[in-house]
Formats: sequence, structure tokens, C-alpha cells
Amino acid sequence: MHLKPVPDPEPTAVAGQEPSIAELERRATILRINCVRMLAVAKSGHLDSSLSAADIVAALYYRELRHDPANPGWRDRDRFVLSKGHAAPIQYAALAEHGYFPRQDLMGLRKIGQQLQGHPDMTRTPGVEVSTGSLGQGLSMCVGICLGLRLDGFDDTVQVFGVLSDGDCQEGETWEGAAAAAHYRVPNLTAIVDYNHLQTDGTTEEVMDTGDVRAKFEAFGWDSVEIDGHDMGAIVEALQRSRTVRKPAAIVCQTKKGRGVSFMEDRFGFHGKPPSQEQAEEALEELEATLTEQEETLKAAGGEGGDGGSED
Amino acid sequence: MEAKTEPIATRHAYGDALVALGEAHEEVVALDADLAVSTQSMKFGKKFPERFFNCGAAEANMMSMACGLAATGKVPYASTFAIFATGRAYDQVRLGIAHNELKVRIGASHGGVSLGEDGASHQMIEDIALMRVMPRMQVVVPADYNQAYRATIDSYEQIEGPLYLRFGRPSTPIVYEEIPDSLGDGVDVLREGRDISIFACGHMVHRALDAADVLASEDGVEAEVVNVATIKPLATEAVVDSLAKTGVGVTAEEHRVAGGLADAIREAAAEQHPVPIFALGMGDEFGISGTGEACMEHFGLTAPGIADRAREALLLKPIVSHPPIHGGRSA
Repeated sequence: MHLKPVPDPEPTAVAGQEPSIAELERRATILRINCVRMLAVAKSGHLDSSLSAADIVAALYYRELRHDPANPGWRDRDRFVLSKGHAAPIQYAALAEHGYFPRQDLMGLRKIGQQLQGHPDMTRTPGVEVSTGSLGQGLSMCVGICLGLRLDGFDDTVQVFGVLSDGDCQEGETWEGAAAAAHYRVPNLTAIVDYNHLQTDGTTEEVMDTGDVRAKFEAFGWDSVEIDGHDMGAIVEALQRSRTVRKPAAIVCQTKKGRGVSFMEDRFGFHGKPPSQEQAEEALEELEATLTEQEETLKAAGGEGGDGGSED
Repeated sequence: MEAKTEPIATRHAYGDALVALGEAHEEVVALDADLAVSTQSMKFGKKFPERFFNCGAAEANMMSMACGLAATGKVPYASTFAIFATGRAYDQVRLGIAHNELKVRIGASHGGVSLGEDGASHQMIEDIALMRVMPRMQVVVPADYNQAYRATIDSYEQIEGPLYLRFGRPSTPIVYEEIPDSLGDGVDVLREGRDISIFACGHMVHRALDAADVLASEDGVEAEVVNVATIKPLATEAVVDSLAKTGVGVTAEEHRVAGGLADAIREAAAEQHPVPIFALGMGDEFGISGTGEACMEHFGLTAPGIADRAREALLLKPIVSHPPIHGGRSA
């Protein structure tokens, strides 16, 4: 069983060139592989919730976020808040891949004495802006960050990205935060909803229907769009657009929980359950095949970053 | 700021000190949840509108916003009634503020039953317990305007980490003739005595001083009155020193006895100098509508109530006293 972090077969990016859509898709697969390995070792955690957000997180960390892993406290950095803190593994994978901490630290997930807590912890992990894990708080925290940036004169340049789950959208506080963002007209907030329609006790439709989340944000006075949360081109386009609208922007991403692993994808019953050894092996086999395929496509297209501009 | 001499509510000190802090430090920001006139944060809001954020009736959001603001280096003062600051927004205060060790100040007004007419739904009698039990949260309950002013100023300039400040609604007599130079360790002996220690906080401090007068004139008992403004972290040495001198204690608070000042004092005493300590406060019960003063009387939170409790405690006072053991573990 492959339990070590996947070696990085390619340079992170060609200098001066944004990673292409195909390259971002490859990155998302690497993040997914890392998640499966972390969870297989930790024997605890939320794998399917991490996988559904992998494309969003890859688009952010590899293309959209302005950040400096060597200087996590860089004043002008964009801020990333994982309101759905239970998907911490996907953020940890992205942080490790960028060198915020050594990749081998990923294998310490949820282990005593290690830095990677079950949910993001700003007091322990570089790159984590605020601690999350209690659903509903992240969006309000983002609004506070936006207002702090406004007082410092950074609200034109620094974007705050919050990733929410459908569970977040069941919490009342999220809508308190949505109202506050609109009331204070924060221009630099992007809320990305990873709407995978599956929660601990069943589908959102069965448990507590979250309904038309895009329309809800719009009704709260936000710019609000809905996209396929696994269409990398659409994600990148929506993220870039959200920077340009001068009010809070919601991107409701229709996603599939467990995306990338067939036996888990869009299937109920995996929330908060780590994969068994057999399941982890099966998942890794599929994801590694996907990775190989993506790398061949990239090679055929002329190498990393080769189609950078064409799909924008 | 001039020291006050006439009775005035401690929440006014919060508002006045907040303005002074705003003038001195541009990192200071304030939030409220549609109670800015009541909590007095509106004074700051009028003076510094760009640094004041009214969150409407949405306390959970306010506390998480305070977390976000603190994450950008601001020092947020978030105020509302004690009931909403601690009860409604407990989880937001816990994860976003206390866990993260952020310099956020929760300025909670209308603590206790003395807010009066609004009744049980608004009379918060568990807030000290909730904030005391929360890891990393500090708890300060000033006794009068002058101490409340100092506590609010010190909350920026002297105290790091998360802090809960409890203020009250009604005008309350002045205990400190001047604005103290410092909150210090938050435990002040206001009247020395050898027979019994009365530990009080907030609105019960002036009542404790009155009770000491009654005990002296009617019983010939010399009571030591100790104002415990900083309930957490508790200056246990000062508490234990008083108990070592008197050998018996009474606590007085406008709050549930469980988890409040009484338990804080008893914890320190149990480890370092176990002597009888009787508590006066709210029992296993909720508040009730009435004027603030009527509510205090209804629950026996009065000077005669403290004196009676002291008399009961004195009956159990040990004849032989032992030296205290300093250095017990603080909760």
C-alpha cells in the first residue's frame, strides 16, 4: 500500500506562466491522492468531503490565491478560510504541496503531538487563517477579515475566499454573515459553496433541504452564480470574475461527494468514515490511473502549462 | 477621565473608556448587536463610525466577525447583553476567540438580575461560570464605575488574550474614590478585618461593605471585605492570605453560586487553605420581573443577606487555624 505522499513529478509551475486548466486538474488529482493516503494512515477523518472540494481548492491554491508559502503572514496575501473545516485534509494537502510544511507532516494527520489537527487550527498550522470546524462560523469570520482589511486599505487588493459546505448553509449563522457582508458592502469576499447534497444522516433533500442556495445568496444582496464544481475552467472563470464584482460574490458549486473515487462518488454512507485498507487501495488505483491519463494528455498538448491561455 | 462620585452604572464606564481607547489606539474597533445604546458602545460608534460595526440582532455573527477582525490585527470590543454574549454565542466565543487566543474583549452589559423588569429571559446568572470554564478566557467583573473604567483601559493596555468583562445596568454606588492606577491582580482588600472574609464582585461589593458595617455595629464582628474583580485568573494568594487571617469566608455574587465567584474561591481554598466558605448568590433558579432593586431583594442579594450568611459561617469557624499552602494549581 502506498502510504507516503505522492512525489511531485513535475515542477509546480512554469515561471511566469499560470498553470493551465489541464494542469490544475492534474493538481487536483494529486491533492486527492494525498487525501486518500492521509486518511488511510489516520484511520479517521472526512475523505468524501475533502474530495468534493478538491477541484475548488486546486484552482484556488495553484492559480487564484496570491500567497507566499515562505511568508504565511504576508500582509498583502489573499485569505483562504475553510468554513467546512472537516475537509481539512484537502487544505492540508494544498499547503504541504506548496511547502508551508513538509509533506511527511501530512501523515501525522489527527495524531497526538502532530500539528495537523482534525479541523484547521490557526494556532498550530501555518497557512490556516482562522480555526474552523464548527459549521456556520467561517463566513462571519470572513466578513470580519474583510472589514479589518478595509480599515487597513487593502479591500481593493486582497480577496477573501471562504469555502462553505451545504451543512454551513443549514446553520443560521451563515445567513447572519451573508446579511452582514451585504450590509457592509464588502467588495472583496468570495463565498464558494461546495454543494454536494450529502450530509451525515442522508441527502440534504432528506435531512434538511438547503434548496436553491444561489437564489438565497442573491436574495441577500450578493452577486451569485452557480457552476459545475468539477469543471475546472468554470471554477477558474467564476473565481476570477468574483474579484471584479464590487460586492460580495457567491459561487455555488454543484459537486459530488467523493469525487474521483467511483465507489464513493455521490454515494451516501461515507461521511466521516475513513477508508478501509482495501478501499484506500482501490481509490488510489483509480486516482493514480487518472493522474497518468492527465499527465499523458498534458504531454500530448505540449507539456505543463502549454494550453495556459486558450481556456481562459 | 474624572473619577465619578455619584452612583452610576458600570456600563457607562465601558462606553467612556472605549472612546478613550479609540482615541489612543487605532487598532481598537467595536461591535454591537443592536444594543449599542444600552451597552454604551454607541459612544464609540458616534465618535469612530468607520471603526464601529453594528451587527444587528445577530450575536453569533458578531463574535465570529470579531474573530476575523482580530485575525487582521485589530483589537475588537464586542458588546451586547451578558445573556447573548455568553449564552447565545458560546460556541463562536469558544472556537473563534478563546481557542485562538485572540485579543478580543467581550463587553457584556446587563449581567445578573439587577437589570430588573425584562425578567428571566434577560437576566444572565450563568455568564461568569460559562466564561470561567472556557479555556483561555479571562473574567473581570468590576465593582463600580471607577474600577470599570480602569478595567476597560487595562483590557487594551495591560491584558493580553481573550477577556470577558461583565457590566451592569443599574446605577451603582461608588466604591473606589479615584480611578485606580491599575486593575492589578484584580483582588483588592477594601476593608481590613480579622473575623471573617467577605469576597464579593460587581454589584455585591458595595453591599458587602454595608454588611461589614452592620456586622461591626450589631455583632462586634470585624469583617474583611475583598473585592474580587478578576475572577479568572484568580489571584489565589491574596484570597488565601485573607482566609488564613480570618479562618472563615463568605462569597457574594449576583450570579449562580455554581460555577461563579463562590466556586472560584472555594477551589482555591480547598487546595490551599480549607476553611468553611458560605456562598450567597442565585441557587438553582431563574430570575424574575420587577425593579432591579426588588429583584435583588427577592433573591436576598442584599447587605442584610450577606450579614446573615456571615453569621451562619461564623458558627462554623474553626477554633485552631493553620498556615496556608501557597502554590496550588489554578483552574
